[in-house]
Amino acid sequence: MSAAGEREGMVRRLSHLDRRIIYLIVLICAAVPLVIGARVELSVGPPVRSLYDAVDSLPPGSYVYLAADYDPGSLPELYPMNVAFVEHLFSKDVKIIAASLWAPGPPLSQRVFDDIAPRYGKTYGEDYVNLGFKEGREAVMVSVAENLKGTFPEDYFGTPCGEIPMLDGINSLRDVSMIVNVSAGYPGIKEWVQQIATRFDIPVGGGVTAVSGPEMYPYIQSGQLVGLLAGMKGAGEYEQLLEKPGLGLAGMASQSSVHVAVIVFIGLANLFYFLDRRKGR
Amino acid sequence: MKTEVPVVIAFVAGMLMIVSLFSPHPVFAGPAAVMRNWAIVITAFAYVLGVANIARISAGTVRTRGRDWRYKVVLLASLGGMLGIGLAGGIQGGGLFDWSYMNVMVPMQSTMFSLLAFFIASAAYRAFRARSVEATLLLVTAVIVMLGRVPVGERLWSGLPAFTEWIMEVPNMAAKRGIMIGAALGAISTGLKMILGLERSYLGSDK
Repeated sequence: MSAAGEREGMVRRLSHLDRRIIYLIVLICAAVPLVIGARVELSVGPPVRSLYDAVDSLPPGSYVYLAADYDPGSLPELYPMNVAFVEHLFSKDVKIIAASLWAPGPPLSQRVFDDIAPRYGKTYGEDYVNLGFKEGREAVMVSVAENLKGTFPEDYFGTPCGEIPMLDGINSLRDVSMIVNVSAGYPGIKEWVQQIATRFDIPVGGGVTAVSGPEMYPYIQSGQLVGLLAGMKGAGEYEQLLEKPGLGLAGMASQSSVHVAVIVFIGLANLFYFLDRRKGR
Repeated sequence: MKTEVPVVIAFVAGMLMIVSLFSPHPVFAGPAAVMRNWAIVITAFAYVLGVANIARISAGTVRTRGRDWRYKVVLLASLGGMLGIGLAGGIQGGGLFDWSYMNVMVPMQSTMFSLLAFFIASAAYRAFRARSVEATLLLVTAVIVMLGRVPVGERLWSGLPAFTEWIMEVPNMAAKRGIMIGAALGAISTGLKMILGLERSYLGSDK
């Protein structure tokens, strides 16, 4: 075979590279930074900073409604945000009322509380509460905004809300200073904005998966969202502002190298595509 | 009557919810709150319907040894198992139900989501080609945003994160806003047609 023919064959082989090789390269790019504990420095974007500032300006003793509307499928991206929010709110002595419109949400937010509350000396029922799950989507949002205890008569553990000390005097979402939502989709942050933010004049902010981020930008610009964390990068930026490196920053080195690998794949694929097409002419 | 009564109910319910949005007067707010509670209860019953349906279909597949019947056995066993554990010991944190959820469901779902990285990398290599001007624009924008979202991009050019943010806040937002306004107008139009009885497909296909 001539040299030109060999080159042509190689280009063709490379443009149809075995997917197992691609998987192996992605695995190496994802795993190595995690194994060696690589850390990266992130530049903080305006949506993250404005959310951080909004949470940071909450006075001690105020209440935040933490809507954990996510499931294990989006856990790698959203759990670090949930952790960062709870860390920030506890450090500011803000009381947290957690609830979920996603059935798999309550155990996840409870795990965050169980991990973090002892470090800040916070007590269940006095500093934070988990109201559990309620089906009904937007109807529940409006209902809880008007009558919190009527919508959630009991907490996640079956304790009547009337017997929970921190809920004395908290009758609706009008009594909380802010809604912080960790959102994996529908119902989520978009619905909290549409149903609650403007209608009840309650500030809403939160975090979403990276793929949902672009959809939320109109709400940030209109001021209906006080801020937004998009994907693991958003969580990492928030941790950086909080000066508490956690799962978000730990995962960013891995995500960065996978991004670079994907970009290289796209570049190579297009290079081979053009070489192949030029040969075809 | 079979048509008129549901249309009247839809009209009264729809108008009540719209008016209650603009007026907090108890005449509207009270009944609206009651109807929201009804909606919550009805939505919750959809779960019962869903579980009964999946159990019925899966049991039928197992009985006839249909396609993937072994997976259906696992599904029914898991469904029955979790249901039994939840009914017997409750679903609160710290119990067997919670343990099973945290140690089976959470790792499995996270694994499924994590596999996306591999599929996306493979798909990007195979399908993301600059075949036309539009595809090239999409490709270049995607590469810029991907690079701008990771620290490596900032190392290459310090202005890249800001440029990425501009892409998100200007061209992306213009398109998103257009889509959202269009979808909202469509939803308003469909809602009004249903409330006014002009759209009756929810009553059945022949109405």
